[in-house]
Amino acid sequence: MTLLRIQNLNLSADSGKPILRDVSLTLEHGQILALIGASGSGKTTLALTALGHMRPGVRHVSGQVLFQGQDLLRMSRRALARLRGRKLAYIAQSAAVSFNPRIRLDRQVTESSRIHHTMSPDAAHARAREVYRTLDLPTGEAFYNRFPHEVSGGQLQRFMIAMGLHEMPEILVCDEPTSALDATTQVEVLKALDTGIRASGTAAILVGHDIAQVVQVATHILVMRNGEVVERGTVEQILHHPQHPYTQRLLEMHRGFDAGSGTMADTAAAATTAAAVSPSDRTDRPPLLEVRDLAVCYGTGGFAVKALSGASLTLNGGEMMAVVGESGSGKSTMARAIAGLVQPSQGDVLVNGRLMERDVLKRPLPMRRAVQITFQSADTSLNRHHTVGRILGQVLTFFGERSKERRAERIRELLEQVHLPADYVDRKPSQMSGGEKQRVNLARSLAARPDVLICDEITSALDNIVAASVLDLINELKRELNIGILFISHDLSAVAAMSDKIMVLRNGEVVEQGPTAQVLGAPRHPYTRLLRSSVAEMRLGWLEEASALHRSLRDELGA
Amino acid sequence: MIRFIVKRLAAGFVLLLVISLLIFVGCEMLPGDVAQIMLGQSASPENVAALRAELGLDQPAPVRYLAWLWGIFQGDWGVSMTSRQPVSVMLSERLSNTLTLAGLTTLVSVPLALLIGMVLAVHKGTRLDRVGTIVIVGLCATPEFLVATLGVLVFSIHLRWLPAISYVTPGSGVLTLIKSMLLPLATMTIIVTAQLARMTRAVVGNILTQPYVETARLKGAGSVRVITVHALRNAIGPLINIIAMNVAYLISGVVIVETIFAFPGLARLMADSVQARDLPVVQACAMIFSAAYIGLIMVADIVAKLFDSRKESGASS
Amino acid sequence: MMPHQTPSRLKSLFRPTLLSVVVALLLLVAFVVLAAPLLPLHDPNAFLSSDGFVPPSGEYWLGTDFLGRDLLARLLSSGRVTLGMALLSTILAHLIGDTLGLLAALRGGWFDAVVSRIVDVVLSVPKIIAGLVVLAVTGPSLVAIVVLTAVVYAAGVFRISRALGQDLIAQDFITVARARGEGNRWLLFGEMLPHVVMPLTADFALRLSFAILFMSGLSFLGLGVQPPMADWGGLVRENLDGLQIGSWAPIYPALSIAVVSVLLNLFVDGLQEREKKGGGV
Repeated sequence: MTLLRIQNLNLSADSGKPILRDVSLTLEHGQILALIGASGSGKTTLALTALGHMRPGVRHVSGQVLFQGQDLLRMSRRALARLRGRKLAYIAQSAAVSFNPRIRLDRQVTESSRIHHTMSPDAAHARAREVYRTLDLPTGEAFYNRFPHEVSGGQLQRFMIAMGLHEMPEILVCDEPTSALDATTQVEVLKALDTGIRASGTAAILVGHDIAQVVQVATHILVMRNGEVVERGTVEQILHHPQHPYTQRLLEMHRGFDAGSGTMADTAAAATTAAAVSPSDRTDRPPLLEVRDLAVCYGTGGFAVKALSGASLTLNGGEMMAVVGESGSGKSTMARAIAGLVQPSQGDVLVNGRLMERDVLKRPLPMRRAVQITFQSADTSLNRHHTVGRILGQVLTFFGERSKERRAERIRELLEQVHLPADYVDRKPSQMSGGEKQRVNLARSLAARPDVLICDEITSALDNIVAASVLDLINELKRELNIGILFISHDLSAVAAMSDKIMVLRNGEVVEQGPTAQVLGAPRHPYTRLLRSSVAEMRLGWLEEASALHRSLRDELGA
Repeated sequence: MIRFIVKRLAAGFVLLLVISLLIFVGCEMLPGDVAQIMLGQSASPENVAALRAELGLDQPAPVRYLAWLWGIFQGDWGVSMTSRQPVSVMLSERLSNTLTLAGLTTLVSVPLALLIGMVLAVHKGTRLDRVGTIVIVGLCATPEFLVATLGVLVFSIHLRWLPAISYVTPGSGVLTLIKSMLLPLATMTIIVTAQLARMTRAVVGNILTQPYVETARLKGAGSVRVITVHALRNAIGPLINIIAMNVAYLISGVVIVETIFAFPGLARLMADSVQARDLPVVQACAMIFSAAYIGLIMVADIVAKLFDSRKESGASS
Repeated sequence: MMPHQTPSRLKSLFRPTLLSVVVALLLLVAFVVLAAPLLPLHDPNAFLSSDGFVPPSGEYWLGTDFLGRDLLARLLSSGRVTLGMALLSTILAHLIGDTLGLLAALRGGWFDAVVSRIVDVVLSVPKIIAGLVVLAVTGPSLVAIVVLTAVVYAAGVFRISRALGQDLIAQDFITVARARGEGNRWLLFGEMLPHVVMPLTADFALRLSFAILFMSGLSFLGLGVQPPMADWGGLVRENLDGLQIGSWAPIYPALSIAVVSVLLNLFVDGLQEREKKGGGV
């Protein structure tokens, strides 16, 4: 019998708006089905129905979800509860909030066995240890009995996987199990998940947004868009013969990076010569942005924490520098210090050769407008009560544009620069998509006519395809306006192909910097290699190689 | 942890001192001479002067403040201006009546409210929840004197089950005592239960939307297990806080309820003394109520912190 | 996400939601109370009957009070006193609390520290006890009651508006505006005000209901509005003895307080519900 068969499933929101349209799928024993799509495509909603679960606000319209022939959506709550945790297990997206903060991890991992009386306490205890070992978690009873906030993010996610596998379920539903983690940790957790699923032989549904990652684990792929299945097939079929244009676009984005990185090694030598003839060396003009030995401390006295120590960089007009690092690496701190929002404890920032005051409010108006910063979340950086016209207009007014007509004209021009229709001037943030809001966010920075634009993770909250288009826009702005761009990101793959220079930060220290081709083509520091090897590549077997490489690099780094 | 408790106790004590100062200074601003007021306009200057000396009113204000404070520590609250009795004598009997009323209200309403709040939270969005919530919101917004007057009208006047006025005399039997306390108790219980249940519903309802509750349900945990094993653990801190807030609220409720039912409690003594402008009694009552209020909030802070001590204790295990 | 909301928004404006019904009822109460002098009613202070507590009849819709005055007329005229005083003190409380709270959030430093400590002290005294002490000193006085209520509730308003302000200031759009060098005036009125209007309106309504309950309580204890003037709390007090002979005279004013208070609470719930739906897009 087919393990799971979803037939013509239609779900809608309470408002009646469809969430899933006529979705069907089958899952057989031993299959690992990946659901791929942008946010809002319905992939998580679909995956959760395999547990007979619909989140509040979701309604069943028609269709069936048959697990071993029984319709989960028509089952009593009791009957469902008997299946959950035992036959149907779940791995949540963010382990940080999906574990009860006040219960020891081991108790939570083995809870299913107590709910369903599947094993004796001793057997459950032994089984948990077996899974912990499979998932490569540190050993020791004291460690297993920690509370969720006492272990690292990667370890917590592995405990989550252990919880899902503990009862040896028939189906394991994984909702983006790596997306909340740092890039380097993602590889290791993905590897643990892969090992765990294979060791237990369970069938799995894997929800993911990074197609290159999920193909490492999955056997089959289902591509979704706006609640509909766009394409389905085995991993080989989808990877090598994608039929639907949307699938092709998803794949292309990755090919772009892979191809770029392939040529990087070749051009590594050429890059050094290219750097030698960069504009700053040809003329005596000072660089557009120069940062010398910048350091930032948070707190005072004995409690001071060094967030950034001794960062230096130069950036010219028409250049883009990527600043890459994981959370806590000090990259955002650096961005804020350059913008004058955070007071550095030492170091200088020079724009066009002129020393900038450390506090942005002490900078004279022309210097204040020279450096602009755009933040990650368009939702919090745009005032949701203001229209686009008001948001942009206020900046123009502030920097001295008195004429209403000229302001209106400049707003039109700005909207055009970020490729938004002119009638968006009357829209409020709630009437725009995430990508559009981020464009307005950029337009506001451009309204000041900056020389240097700092982009702080502006694409990380966006879906891949949208993020790619925003990156294209940045690239275009850099060329057309001849401004210098400092692009802060945790995602190496996002910026590698587009930046001219790159700086790698780790724990507040600059690990490596130089022309992108050189740094990524022949990384000298093991941490750069670790980051480089964490970018998923669209080929089978990458995960094996990457995790092997990771192990040796982690040893080298002593972490 | 001990440092926190000591700090919190010290802060509470300082706050109480500040309040005692405010009460004292406030009463100092009363226009006119206290001795003159006590003896009336016709009193001879000699008598007034004698009373002033007797009451220590000829001393400078700071000295009187310290003497008053020192008296409180020794259980000496001064002498009532109207009855000329020691205030402590007037307080003792009233205080125990009020404490009985407040204690019984707490005993009944806290478990009841927690139960109602949790049941509504678990059934959020259902008809039961909607009806229950409307009833609770309605009762929360209802003044004590509506509940009380309706209670009197129904149970004392029409049904004649209970006395409208609580004549509690030392010699009366247990049954009379219970009967006379029933209406004030019911009034307070209804209001406190409604408020506490409303807050409990909000707190527990919020916890039930947390992702870890979804995780637990997807492990097959039923509602009872979700509440007892997962939700309650995280709700205890906030719940203790709101329980303390509501018990503290009893203080203001008790003033009205005691007056309506002529219940011989501390609050009514205070209200009567305010009308008579009997300042020593007002001061004493205000101090006792403020101390109770501050004490409750302080205990709630400390207990909530105890339940939230996982950050310190967990790491070592 | 939803590019054109205007038609649906217009429609929802006319759909009889709970919120619009509640607002309509509140306006009705306000109108009746304000228009009472123009309505064909008895003089609220005229002694019309030699007996007290005359039962309701065609002549006296709600009966008469303990001195034989028309209860309906007295209910409406005392409603004006109740609502007027509560409104006045709530407005004062919000003027004081909002200004101090938003300023404390924006400026921080010693200003914030000093005001916050004072507020801590005010909030650590039970309100009714503070009221009793103050009235013991001043004697019953309308000015004292209004000022007292305003001050006591301003402390709570301060906490709310300060928290709202601090929440906003942590948001990036304020950081952006501050980094640009915008002055406090634009930050307060241009950026922050639109965000705090709704929550502060909700708080205003809630505090208005508290103020009504608080002031009625004081009057009920005989410490508020003094005869012959009366508010609802005073009306309950005056007619309390009527209960013994089964008269509803004290119930009507108590019920009026409850109705207004429930309406205000429902208004707040409705506002918050709407806010939640609107903010979720």
